Amino acid sequence: MPTLEKDKPKTNRIGLTLADYKGAESTLCNGCGHDAITSQIIRAFYDLGIEPHRVTKVSGIGCSSKTPNYFLNRSHGFNSVHGRMPSVATGVALANRTLLNIGVTGDGDTASIGIGQFVHLIRRNVPLVYVIENNGVYGLTKGQFSATADRGSKSKAGVSNPLPAIDCCQLAIELGCSYVARSFAGDPKQLVALLKGAFVHRGTSLIDVVSPCVTFNNHPDSTKSYDYAKEHEELLHEIGFVPYFEQVTVDYDEGTTQDVRLHDGSHLRLKKLHRDYDPMSRQGAMRLLEETRESGELLTGLIYIDPTSADFTSLLNVVDEPLATLPLEKVRPPKEALNEIMEELR
Amino acid sequence: MAPSYAVTSGLPCLWSTIPGPKTANPPGAMRLSPSRLCLKIDLYHGLKKEKGGFKLASTIETAYAEEIADRNPESQVNDFSIQVATVNGSGSQSSNTVLMRSIFQMGIPVSGKNLFPSNIAGLPTWFTIRACKHGWIARKKEIDFLVAMNPETAREDVLSLAPDAAVVYEESLKLDQIRNDLIFYPVPFAKLAGEVTKEAKLKRLLANMVYVGVVGRLLSVEIEEVRKAVLKQFKTKVKAAELNISAVEAGWAYAEKNLQKRDRFRLERMNRTAGKIIIDGNSAAAIGCVFGGVTVVCWYPITPSSSLCETMIDYLHRYRSDKETGKATYAVVQAEDELAALGMVIGAGWAGARAMTSTSGPGISLMAEFSGLGYFTEIPAVVFDIQRVGPSTGLPTRTSQGDILSIAFLSHGDTKHILLLPSSVEECYQMAIDAFDLAERFQTPVFVCSDLDLGMNNWMADPFPYPEKPIDRGKVLTAEQLAKLGKFERYRDVDGDAIPYRTLPGTPGGLAAYFTRGSGHNERGQYSERPQDYRNLMDRLARKYETARKWVPAPVVSSNGRASGIGLISYGSSHWAVEESRHQLSVERNIETDYLRLRALPFNEQLRSFVKEHERIYVVEQNRDGQMASLIKLEVGGDTGKIHSILHYDGLPIDARSVTDQLLQQEKGR
Repeated sequence: MPTLEKDKPKTNRIGLTLADYKGAESTLCNGCGHDAITSQIIRAFYDLGIEPHRVTKVSGIGCSSKTPNYFLNRSHGFNSVHGRMPSVATGVALANRTLLNIGVTGDGDTASIGIGQFVHLIRRNVPLVYVIENNGVYGLTKGQFSATADRGSKSKAGVSNPLPAIDCCQLAIELGCSYVARSFAGDPKQLVALLKGAFVHRGTSLIDVVSPCVTFNNHPDSTKSYDYAKEHEELLHEIGFVPYFEQVTVDYDEGTTQDVRLHDGSHLRLKKLHRDYDPMSRQGAMRLLEETRESGELLTGLIYIDPTSADFTSLLNVVDEPLATLPLEKVRPPKEALNEIMEELR
Repeated sequence: MAPSYAVTSGLPCLWSTIPGPKTANPPGAMRLSPSRLCLKIDLYHGLKKEKGGFKLASTIETAYAEEIADRNPESQVNDFSIQVATVNGSGSQSSNTVLMRSIFQMGIPVSGKNLFPSNIAGLPTWFTIRACKHGWIARKKEIDFLVAMNPETAREDVLSLAPDAAVVYEESLKLDQIRNDLIFYPVPFAKLAGEVTKEAKLKRLLANMVYVGVVGRLLSVEIEEVRKAVLKQFKTKVKAAELNISAVEAGWAYAEKNLQKRDRFRLERMNRTAGKIIIDGNSAAAIGCVFGGVTVVCWYPITPSSSLCETMIDYLHRYRSDKETGKATYAVVQAEDELAALGMVIGAGWAGARAMTSTSGPGISLMAEFSGLGYFTEIPAVVFDIQRVGPSTGLPTRTSQGDILSIAFLSHGDTKHILLLPSSVEECYQMAIDAFDLAERFQTPVFVCSDLDLGMNNWMADPFPYPEKPIDRGKVLTAEQLAKLGKFERYRDVDGDAIPYRTLPGTPGGLAAYFTRGSGHNERGQYSERPQDYRNLMDRLARKYETARKWVPAPVVSSNGRASGIGLISYGSSHWAVEESRHQLSVERNIETDYLRLRALPFNEQLRSFVKEHERIYVVEQNRDGQMASLIKLEVGGDTGKIHSILHYDGLPIDARSVTDQLLQQEKGR
């Protein structure tokens, strides 16, 4: 029976369907914020028409770190050890600079056991899309506070968290991160645009996504619940992504819209809402985060971007082709070189 | 420092029958050096053996011939050790190297051992040069010729000498008042250096170069060779070289004019070092990595391994830039700690790079987690462990072989690793190359276990051969191969050798992708907690280790066919003391031994048969607990009662006399 044109699934610019970007069935709890993020990751890759074999997925340990298995099953994936995904991702990036690397992590994986590696990943500007699925709680070990839990937020058992939260976005800006965004799993439109921008950006792109844990941290006294986030979310701007291959000239008002050109010719288009905010100012970003820390608002959007940053492989002046597959003659110096060294040692 | 002969000789029964040097010689008696005594004993047994129809081993013949030529009791030629005691950070390293190199250039086999503190400047440090015409290059305990430049240790240094040793010292220290059975040469070093330069800082550095001149003159070093060695040391720094040559000459002239030669030590040109190089094990390993095709290097500074990666960076910079673009065909990262260093190596290895790290004990502890991940998920990685003394921080600047047992099983769960055990600088070079091939062939971390003595001290060697074999990338499937196969299962044993096929990220075609996880997985790489999947995986990993037995470097067995039932086993830097000890046993005690030198884990069948074929096995190693002996016992099972340990664990490199003494002690106690 011939397939009718209308029954054919839609394909993207490289002829793949949305399903081609999916992974295994999720084993997380129903309604988990992480699954919503996974959907937007799939969507972003599909929309941009990125070839799955050019992507690697890396993660550490935790609920969030399981999710790379739930998207892009045509890409290589690596679920490594707790808190150490940044080092693994750094190795991958060095071995093959032609890959697009996405790392998925959680607040425990990043802000507690992995904070050292997180810090140095950013300091080096390793090319990696770094997504924190932030729920303020250890899910896999059943509900302990993490280091991003807000002071005064209560656990399911009613215990109040006495310690201040680590704000990964603030820390990242401090460390010189060149793409810093915050989002909410319940805001797919914003998240997908931020992901696309991150895929194109060179260097470490941090997206800290509040992603409620429906089992252990979705109660009325939690500051990482769906309800709390919906009530307190304040959008910095309406954000849209225009890929380089869809260059249609659309007029926009420079007074109300800011256009950030990325290195491959794509654009992030930011429509101003209540504030006059420039995400290209590092100082402004620091001030903003300090303000919202005091006000308790959940501010989302593109907090900071430096589209001109040079990533780690460029800093190291590594050859353009993958180190992983360089031919013998490029990685073994000639006999004369060894003779020369030996002569010096005589 | 080194105690006197009388304490350490360990040859009580025979020595008591022959007049020899105890603490003092009767006036007029012929002075015999211990080595000459040994020869007498050997001569005796040698003759007996000849009557019985045996042929003398050629080494003994040579030693005998050389000894005859050296009958003059007043001279001990090309067979003694010099110790220079200085203050850390006083520039003595250059002077020591120059002296050692001058002797080397005279064709005399030489080895140098630096005994230094965990400190940048100010604490005592000793450098020992052993010249040995027979070619023994292990540490020699006894010091024959002391250069006492450090006021703080001078007294203790002098007290530890055997009678008739010579002492060159800073005049103002008045060391000649401590003992009257030594030969003293006072030298006004500060004054002499002051004549070469007026700059206070330089003066201190040059005082050390003055000693080279004094010692050179006293020991009959050829001055031309000293000049050459200085030029080599300072390479392009012409002014520094000139200044240092002046300092050498000042010392030389002073000795010529003021010091009457009264000791018996002398150097004479030979031809045993022609064409050879001098290099430390870390540099040798670095060269091996550069020519072994390393592409990603991630390391964290730690003594005594830092110089491996630092030297490698220099060579990579020189020889591994792309011809067309000038860009690097490698990436080096100084990581934030050892966790990250191995994490990066594992990530890079997974993505297809030839990746390595280098560390020492404390770093190995931190790398346990990623070592287990590498083993369980089957990712190539090369880890150099330049062992130092543990546990904990231990003695950071002293040597040991104390990490063997923990590395063999590094990480939790059932884990076992491939270890390479270089004994020489040549093997540091060759095994660096082998390590990458093995890591990729077996898709697992490979540990190269060197140590501080091998890694940081200078050793003579033949120039390294250029690798003729192409690089072995192991079982990696390309897009074309995948298309032909039509399917891919990451962890299936297709070839029956328990080594699966892998694919690299970035491989097009849609068949290459798989998911790597440190959690339980089935043959397709999918998450699994099924009992059978776990068993299958663990059993295959064990079989893969079995396959590795035939691939890793085999042990080196040496036997002269006259074995007395004693089999010695050692590995790594212990080798040199064992070789010399076997000679001592043969020459001094007529005890012939067989010897197996381990070069890798897993062991192969040769070890089992060697243990089986000998009545008593002595495993010689530099740790307290007999770590390799334990591994051997695990391996051979049953027959373990005959496996004994000879151990050395005071932080100093093992010496032959300690091995000989311990062996005789244990043999006596049987």
